[in-house]
Amino acid sequence: MSSQGSRASNKITDDELNSLILKLQTLLPQLNQGRNGRASATKVLNETCCYIRKLQKEVDDLSERLSQRLGSVDITSFDAEILKGLLQQ
Amino acid sequence: MSPMNNPQDLNPSSLKSRFTTRFLRALTKINGQKPISSSSPREMFQRYRRIKVAADKSMAWSVRSRRTWSRAMLWKLRSRYSCRQASSSRRSSVRTSTIIKSRQAKTSHEKENKNTTTGQDEVGFVVQADKLRKLVPGGEAMDLCNLLGETAHYIKCLTTQVQVMRKIAHFYSL
Repeated sequence: MSSQGSRASNKITDDELNSLILKLQTLLPQLNQGRNGRASATKVLNETCCYIRKLQKEVDDLSERLSQRLGSVDITSFDAEILKGLLQQ
Repeated sequence: MSPMNNPQDLNPSSLKSRFTTRFLRALTKINGQKPISSSSPREMFQRYRRIKVAADKSMAWSVRSRRTWSRAMLWKLRSRYSCRQASSSRRSSVRTSTIIKSRQAKTSHEKENKNTTTGQDEVGFVVQADKLRKLVPGGEAMDLCNLLGETAHYIKCLTTQVQVMRKIAHFYSL
């Protein structure tokens, strides 16, 4: 990101901003694959928005799936133990 | 015995297990509420809504109030619940106007900066930051530095949430 900012008067320095943006970039699967360089801050934010929307939609879909399944099953405490075991892997 | 994947990070295994426990508890409760035979579209929809709220609530509770986004989410869930109970829109409108005021202050502040520096980058950045603010709970009242930090944490929690829910859905589809 070009440090055009003489925004140093503000709460955040360019360096801090860069490191936060970089940190976000490492979380984004689509930007992180095989790209050693750093994407522009705007692009990182854009991808972040898309990724969050995607995750939220997936939560929605999974909630719907679960609501359809769960109507017909019982959740026992035994199930809970199995699931937690599975999730530790 | 529990694997600590990223000890310097969120400690995802304990977040995962806290979320799983709470979420399963909520699911059990939801499951026990309605008889299986009632499958009218409206009731299906209500069950889906309850599960979604339970997922978000369980996640926010597992993070506790350590994060601004989790506090904002819990606040939102609580106020939505009590709005439905008491049908009072006063509280939410007060909060909304506070958020709008602080947001306007930030937007005008950022617009000033935009005018002093050149380049499309700045405009694009501010636009994206605004979009991000709408997506992250409580984002509209955060400054940029906090917004980015909270976003990173929020994404990590969302991926945990999705992971756990996927496993549960898979488990019960067998």
